[in-house]
Amino acid sequence: MNASRSSGANPAIALELKDLRKSFGKTEIIRGINLAVTSGERVAIIGPNGAGKSTLFNLISGRFEPTSGDVLLNGQRINGKKPYEINRLGLSRSFQITNIFPKLSVFENLRCSVLWSLGYKYTFFKFLANLDDANDRAEELMEMIKLDKKRDVLGMNLTYAEQRALEIGITIAGGAGVILLDEPTAGMSRSETTRFIKLIKDVTVGKTLLTVEHDMGVVFGLADKIAVVVYGEVIAFDVPEAVRADQRVQEAYLGSPVADQQTGGH
Amino acid sequence: MNKSHYEFAPMNVGRWLVWSLFALMLALVPLVFSSGLSITVLSQMGIAIIACLSYNMLLGQGGMLSFGHAVYTGLGSFVAIHALNSVTGGSLPIPMAAVPLIGGLAGMGFAILFGYVTTRKSGTTFAMITLGLGELVFAMALMIPEFFGGEGGVSGNRMVKNGFLGITFGPPIQVYYLIAIYTFFAVAAMFAFTRTPLGRMLNAVRDNPERVEFVGYNTQRVRYMAFILAGFFAGISGGLGALNFEIVNFEVVGAARSGAYLLFTFLGGATFFFGPIIGAVMMVLAFVLFSEFTRAWLLYLGLIFLFTVMYAPGGVASLIMMNLRVAAFGRLRELWVSYLGLAMTGLVGLFGAAAMIEMVYHLQLNATLGSELKFLGITLNPAGLNSWFGSAFVFFTGLGLFEVVRRQFLRDWSEIQEYIEKETKRRDAL
Repeated sequence: MNASRSSGANPAIALELKDLRKSFGKTEIIRGINLAVTSGERVAIIGPNGAGKSTLFNLISGRFEPTSGDVLLNGQRINGKKPYEINRLGLSRSFQITNIFPKLSVFENLRCSVLWSLGYKYTFFKFLANLDDANDRAEELMEMIKLDKKRDVLGMNLTYAEQRALEIGITIAGGAGVILLDEPTAGMSRSETTRFIKLIKDVTVGKTLLTVEHDMGVVFGLADKIAVVVYGEVIAFDVPEAVRADQRVQEAYLGSPVADQQTGGH
Repeated sequence: MNKSHYEFAPMNVGRWLVWSLFALMLALVPLVFSSGLSITVLSQMGIAIIACLSYNMLLGQGGMLSFGHAVYTGLGSFVAIHALNSVTGGSLPIPMAAVPLIGGLAGMGFAILFGYVTTRKSGTTFAMITLGLGELVFAMALMIPEFFGGEGGVSGNRMVKNGFLGITFGPPIQVYYLIAIYTFFAVAAMFAFTRTPLGRMLNAVRDNPERVEFVGYNTQRVRYMAFILAGFFAGISGGLGALNFEIVNFEVVGAARSGAYLLFTFLGGATFFFGPIIGAVMMVLAFVLFSEFTRAWLLYLGLIFLFTVMYAPGGVASLIMMNLRVAAFGRLRELWVSYLGLAMTGLVGLFGAAAMIEMVYHLQLNATLGSELKFLGITLNPAGLNSWFGSAFVFFTGLGLFEVVRRQFLRDWSEIQEYIEKETKRRDAL
């Protein structure tokens, strides 16, 4: 609590990081990040490998606890809270390595992910089949992520692209206002990626989105703003055009003209 | 939204049918198997079914490998036998039929107490803690004779004077029907549990606890609540045991009992709800009948367990379900010959192996009774070479033929599985 909470109380700021730091042993991975994401914004976080992008997500979502600094979600301090507590406050994340329920069907994967948000908690005196709102919501999600044809297929039997879609579905299922996507298109072909960006846009309408991404095509196609993370620090945070033009970004991360990366993949 | 997607009317008819048949079976079985021994065996089966199903709430549904489930059945038994004595003595004004519920509440109470510690962790740590707690309670049972009755245990008398409608619980058949009623409702309740939000989240915790935390659920809480419910049903099973045997001693909380629940739940099949029911039936048959049949029964049991783990890790239930799937695609008929061959050659091999096992046991334990022994109508002489040579010959012949048939069977089996995969894809595409 090293900063005043007055700016955090600003309702327009969905997620705010204040001098966030994380060390593993003596190594400082995140070195004082300040970032304020306005509600409804789509922010892409880019940076070279090992810059600390995934660590940053782990700090925000409660997987790791920050060494110092604050994470404010809608003005409320959430650092030190457990992942499930943070999720209940309206922040949901996906994972870089597919993290679904492999032995449950697509439908069950999604239904499990909506139960808490609909208030069913640890209920054991109601039948799932009678929870119309949960079932409707799961069906609706299944159509959104285009897996309605795979309703009863087990998570582990889906193709890679389908698993990535399910990963997104699970993430948005609870209706969280702030969505964190960790490399949603990693390992996908170009055509799948294009289709997937549209999907991500569709399912995150009206939500605050942070996404870690290597693919410049995705970044420029999706983001309202780009945050460039290099060695645990945000060196630029602005609209894509401004970031593209930024001399420091060019030097530190992009290295070569952006156009090359767009056509050459990542 | 189209509701017919998840409310299958025909399924519900099927479900009613299954449960009616289950109730009917529980009611009619003692008319078929009506001897005294049968009633005892059937009663024990009901008790074991509840115990194994409650264990599977942890193992199969929650991925919690508990080595101490007998703690909850056993402590349920002890509290129930004390409650039974209080009812007999007149100090506890409840009907005798409600005594198992007291056992259930006791099992639940101890699950609340111990589960708070054990369910903090999962995986290997959970298994270790349950093992330690099991040993602790077992040691306590001998240290506190006031409650556990020392070596002799605690005995009681379930007979009710002037019972309602003449139900005195004197005759074993009356106890059987009480157990059958409890079994029916406990099985139904545990099945219903698998269809509830908590039950499904328990599966999710089993599959991927990390992800569960990121959809709003506290995994420790999910495990803890499931553990408490499992403790309740375990306690009911223990309470029924107290009523059935009218004596409870320290062995009911022991590691051997916990191990038996684990072993037979696994043998029956932990991945299907009904698997542990099969396991429980096998457990009672093994303990009551098979143990009378041969002194080497634990060895055979160990071998069966070994082969199940290696070749059918889903237990009997998964074997049944796999074959039902083949049957659903109309290909089971082709496997009949293979199955017959497997059974015949397997039996020949088993016969040879069993003859040798029995001879070893005879040499070790019964040598004073003379050198000869009777085995399935054949006289064997472990002192001479002939019997050994003969049995070994039979064993290796059976084994060899079995292997030949097995290879052919595997080819057929994988061909059929491929066909089913293709057919499923084709139907999906339609």
